[in-house]
Amino acid sequence: MTNNKAMAIQSDRVARHYQMGETLVRAVDDVSVEIRAGEFVALLGSSGSGKSTLLNLMAGLDRPTSGAIFAEGRNLAEMRSEELAKHRSHTIGIVFQAFNLLPRMTLEENVELPLRLAEVDHEERKARVREAIERVHLTARLTHRPSELSGGEQQRTALARALVNRPSILLADEPTGNLDSSTGEEIMHLLDEINKTGMTIVMVTHERPRAERFARRIIVMSDGKIVSDGGVL
Amino acid sequence: MKGRDLAELAVRNLREALLRNSLTTIGISVGVASLVAMLSLGVGLQDLASDRLARTGLFDAIFVTPRSAAAAYRGAGLSPTEPPKSLDEEARREMAALPNVIEVYPDIRFPIEIHYAGNSYATVAAGVAPSARKDGAFDGMKGSFFSGPSADETILQIDLARQLSDSPDALVGKDLSVRYAERQPLPPDPSSGRSESDGFSIVPKEKSLHIVGIVETEPAGGIGSLGRGRLLLPLQLAETLRTARTNDVRDLLRDAPNRHSYESLTVRVNDPPKVKAVEDSIKQMGFTAFSLLDASKSLSLVFTVFDLFLGIFGSLALVVASLGIVNTLVMAILERRREIGILKALGASDKDVRSLFFVEAGAMGSLGGLLGVSIGWLIGKGIDFGTDVYLKGRNLPAIHVTAVPWWMVAAAITFSIVVSLAAGIYPASRAARLDPVEALRYE
Repeated sequence: MTNNKAMAIQSDRVARHYQMGETLVRAVDDVSVEIRAGEFVALLGSSGSGKSTLLNLMAGLDRPTSGAIFAEGRNLAEMRSEELAKHRSHTIGIVFQAFNLLPRMTLEENVELPLRLAEVDHEERKARVREAIERVHLTARLTHRPSELSGGEQQRTALARALVNRPSILLADEPTGNLDSSTGEEIMHLLDEINKTGMTIVMVTHERPRAERFARRIIVMSDGKIVSDGGVL
Repeated sequence: MKGRDLAELAVRNLREALLRNSLTTIGISVGVASLVAMLSLGVGLQDLASDRLARTGLFDAIFVTPRSAAAAYRGAGLSPTEPPKSLDEEARREMAALPNVIEVYPDIRFPIEIHYAGNSYATVAAGVAPSARKDGAFDGMKGSFFSGPSADETILQIDLARQLSDSPDALVGKDLSVRYAERQPLPPDPSSGRSESDGFSIVPKEKSLHIVGIVETEPAGGIGSLGRGRLLLPLQLAETLRTARTNDVRDLLRDAPNRHSYESLTVRVNDPPKVKAVEDSIKQMGFTAFSLLDASKSLSLVFTVFDLFLGIFGSLALVVASLGIVNTLVMAILERRREIGILKALGASDKDVRSLFFVEAGAMGSLGGLLGVSIGWLIGKGIDFGTDVYLKGRNLPAIHVTAVPWWMVAAAITFSIVVSLAAGIYPASRAARLDPVEALRYE
């Protein structure tokens, strides 16, 4: 497979198998997929279909058992641990269903955290944090801790944190899963706005109607395999 | 991650579990305190012993005698082929000119008869060099040291003072009279045809001395000489008295009755480690030289071993405390498993996570070290206070038995940090190896 700059993520017969006791679980099994830069892709599937595992492989949080997975032309399967950390820091932003904010930090400090890890200068950090927080409309809540924020505000904070390092790819794992319907809508509109700026978004969800409304492409997974790829809408 | 950010995050994490981390830090400080207290006692005792020995004037001094005299003392007799080199004024000047020599003085002691309050007492007088003022023997003396190098003054040894008076302290400020034997050269015998005198006569002389002080012991008494002086005189005064001494007879037999040689000389060196070189130079000059440096070296070795064992026992508490660090950090990994997963998802490398735990261990070690040194210092002060109270109860002067030098402060804090970092190796590596996917699943 050749590197392609227009390709944001590309997997080539990627597999992720786990051994659970005597059973071999094929969480992702022989998946080949190409996601171009600027796409908004929804990974649909029931629980245990392997969509989150595939997202983790794209994020470089997990390593494939076999096959290759490329992000902006670089094979994540061949990267050393330090290189994967850099990939997570500079190329991608991740949003989780459970928000995963650090409870003892304020909203501003949570958003600043990836910049600290990326060793961005102090002055630039302040500017980028403001920019990211403004983007998710939370400037009035800077000094609040996660426990003082609503679910929607927490997810918007997580979104600001994912965007603060200006990644080219945003990976979202059930971003509306813990939110009520209207708050979920707000988040989806935010993702839509972000995608319109040219950022590639891969979103794992089990909510087909929402996926159909916002995503430009829907990939359905079942038992670790892609059972349908809607292509670009 | 940059050092400043690491430190900020580490401090934040440490403050999160304040009680547990404080207890761990206190554990380290107790370990360091025990180490510092033990070592301060060892070093303090060593300093005390070294200081006391140094103040005796024995360890920076070389005792010089004519080679033949030393041989005679050993029963070896005189050498027929090598005429003995005389320990005279010229030799004294030669030795004074050697590098690192600060003082050369003769050992002058002679028999006297004291007259005081109508009674007579036979004893030995000794000349005391001005440098002896700094000797430990004059610590706590009653009265004062000689006002000048040739003052007509005396300091009495306490046993003699007790013989002279029932209230020895009251003797200070009074006068006494001493009779001694003065050597007077005879006029040359015209029948011998020699221009120099052939001999001397010994005549009794009397001198009045003002008692200025009373001391427990004579400094360096008995090492470079054959007897202990009980009536002390300024050295220069003792030299001008021209008293008859043992070697006068020897000089007479050598056909140099009035050449005036010394029985022995004491050579003081500015630094004990330089004693050996000076001693060798004096031996090359043809004299017998003797110093107590070897004894000093043995003492130093004993204290080094003593300090080593005290240090080992003191360190045991710190090693036990380091297990507390391991426990605290392993608990922190379990509690912060999800947080580690989040950090990794946001771009933290294994090295970042490892460093974070290392900094936390190091911070506990530094703080524990600082606190421990302070506590150890206070324990030392407590030991000093207790010792003072005990000694005062026995009418003895106060001494410091503990010492916390700067090198010990730096070494204890460094040791504490090193032990803490070593204790952090396992938890830090374990945290760094955490699988981010597993960690993020952790509730």
